[in-house]
Amino acid sequence: MPEWMSFAGRKLLRLITLLVAVAIFSYTLISLSPIDPVDAYIGADMLLISPEQRAQIAARWGLDQPPLARFIAWARELAGGNFGTSLIFNRPVLEIIGERFIASLGLMATAWLVSGLLGYALGILAGARPGSLLDRAVRLYAYILASSPSFWVALLLLMAFSVGLRWTPICCASPPGLLPEEVTLAHRLHHLILPAITLSIVGVANMALHTRQKLIEVLESDYALFARAQGATTRDLVRHHGLRNVALPAITLQGASLSELFGGAVLVEQVFTYPGLGEATVQAALRSDVPLLLGIVFFSAIFVFAGNTLADLAYRLVDPRIRIGAATP
Amino acid sequence: MLQVQGLQVSFTVYTQGLRQRRLTVITDLDVTVRAGEVVAIVGASGSGKSLLAHAILGILPHNAELGGSISFQGKPLTQARKEALRGRAIALIPQTVAALDPLMPVGEQVRLAALRGGVPAAGAREVVAASFARYGLAPEAARLHPFQVSGGMARRVLVSTAVVGQARLLIADEPTPGLHPEVVTETLGHLRELADGGKAVLMITHDIEAALRVADTVAVFYAGTTVEQAPARDFAGGGEALRHPYTRALWRALPSQGFVPLPGAQPAPDALPPGCLFADRCPLVTAACRVARPPARELRGGTVRCIHA
Repeated sequence: MPEWMSFAGRKLLRLITLLVAVAIFSYTLISLSPIDPVDAYIGADMLLISPEQRAQIAARWGLDQPPLARFIAWARELAGGNFGTSLIFNRPVLEIIGERFIASLGLMATAWLVSGLLGYALGILAGARPGSLLDRAVRLYAYILASSPSFWVALLLLMAFSVGLRWTPICCASPPGLLPEEVTLAHRLHHLILPAITLSIVGVANMALHTRQKLIEVLESDYALFARAQGATTRDLVRHHGLRNVALPAITLQGASLSELFGGAVLVEQVFTYPGLGEATVQAALRSDVPLLLGIVFFSAIFVFAGNTLADLAYRLVDPRIRIGAATP
Repeated sequence: MLQVQGLQVSFTVYTQGLRQRRLTVITDLDVTVRAGEVVAIVGASGSGKSLLAHAILGILPHNAELGGSISFQGKPLTQARKEALRGRAIALIPQTVAALDPLMPVGEQVRLAALRGGVPAAGAREVVAASFARYGLAPEAARLHPFQVSGGMARRVLVSTAVVGQARLLIADEPTPGLHPEVVTETLGHLRELADGGKAVLMITHDIEAALRVADTVAVFYAGTTVEQAPARDFAGGGEALRHPYTRALWRALPSQGFVPLPGAQPAPDALPPGCLFADRCPLVTAACRVARPPARELRGGTVRCIHA
């Protein structure tokens, strides 16, 4: 069997077990939560419904069945691709997730790229001369940002740039009151910029500290010592040996950072009222929209898994020990 | 070419929290290497002799302190001069393939060594190709990564990195550990050839037999000092021409010379006796030996640190 096929097979098996685990855990948590599905469905019309009608709805939904039977029925629908209908939006869950994900994609992709590249660059600069003024500045920045909640950073930036300086809009993905067809790309970018900056600068810390540490390790390695013995300067060392050797662990870290990015986006989108997937998550949780919430849980699990898999793939392409080692056994 | 006198290397180490202590690993090392000559420093594994190479190249760690004098081509070798000369006039042949970047093809690494050694970028590829051809490496080998090359190939690549620049002094750090006998012969042959070509070669090794096969002079390293510098031809017969009792013991401990073991172990760097460092294991020891460390003195075309020699 070719190497890539066994790799894909292993990954697929892992994805399936992951999704089964997510299904069991999220179903259990939701059934233990105080949300009553009938109440959540009826909402404000509660007073107009008689107890008999409630019981009818419950029976029609199968709420009188034992929990295991309900779980199996639900899981069967999921496996068939039916995630149900969102109670808030009254539309299929998958449609909402698709729409919201497109809106979040720009935000998350920008933040992901900027935080990755900036963090890597800062980590290299700091690690090349540990103890220097620049290194200490980068570390101070990283420690402060790593310990600041992203919603708080979002609020500070909002106060500074939207309220104080009035450079950026205060909310939303486009100017309020405009019809969707009147919104230009410039509008969108203008509204994207502050949430993206927030997510980026919060995400930098991890990558910068990690890259710095790895570069210091590389510069203390036997091959760095030998390069110095050949007359290499620190710049030469970083350029020829540092960048490549540090890139490998950085790729893995960057793939793993998708989960944090997703979590960060939930909070940041809420602060900026940015109508993305994160904002939908908060809405779904606050307004007891169980189908949407479960749909988002599943989607985020797949999303994070995909990110890690891409990082694995990239790693295999970059590292000759895996790339060539696997091809010539 | 190279003259090292009274070299001292010590480290500041922390013992128990913040208590600092100086640990002297090399106490008094003398060695002289001339052009066209292979000089071997022979000492037990882990006795710190590799630090000599690092001291000459100025790549000791930050907590190390250096004493004594090193001069190269008649002028003192200061840290600034080391930085200017390493790779260009002085080159290191490291011990293992771990000294190569695991992610870079070996040809690329030899090319970098050439550039660092002052070869103009335009001609670097030809210099690398010539050096590969000289050491019997196929041109395709340049594209291999360090994890793909065999022990023998790795040695040739490492020698290549040292000779692509026009270095006058080559320092080979343990060139023959755990190698196939044929590869050992080949590696030693390369060193001899380089010396015959006019370069000065300093070989640091624990393998006295390998050293004797190519070296002109052998310096014996014990507990941080060179107890003796002797022409290689003195290692003959029962070792009567040798000057220091430790050298003689080393010689007789060889399988070919009777396999006579020397009991005891070298004193640790933090527990050196005040007198002669070999006193505790020496068959000739007298009370005078324990008073002060014997200075190096000239004797029969070599040097020795022993009052009885």
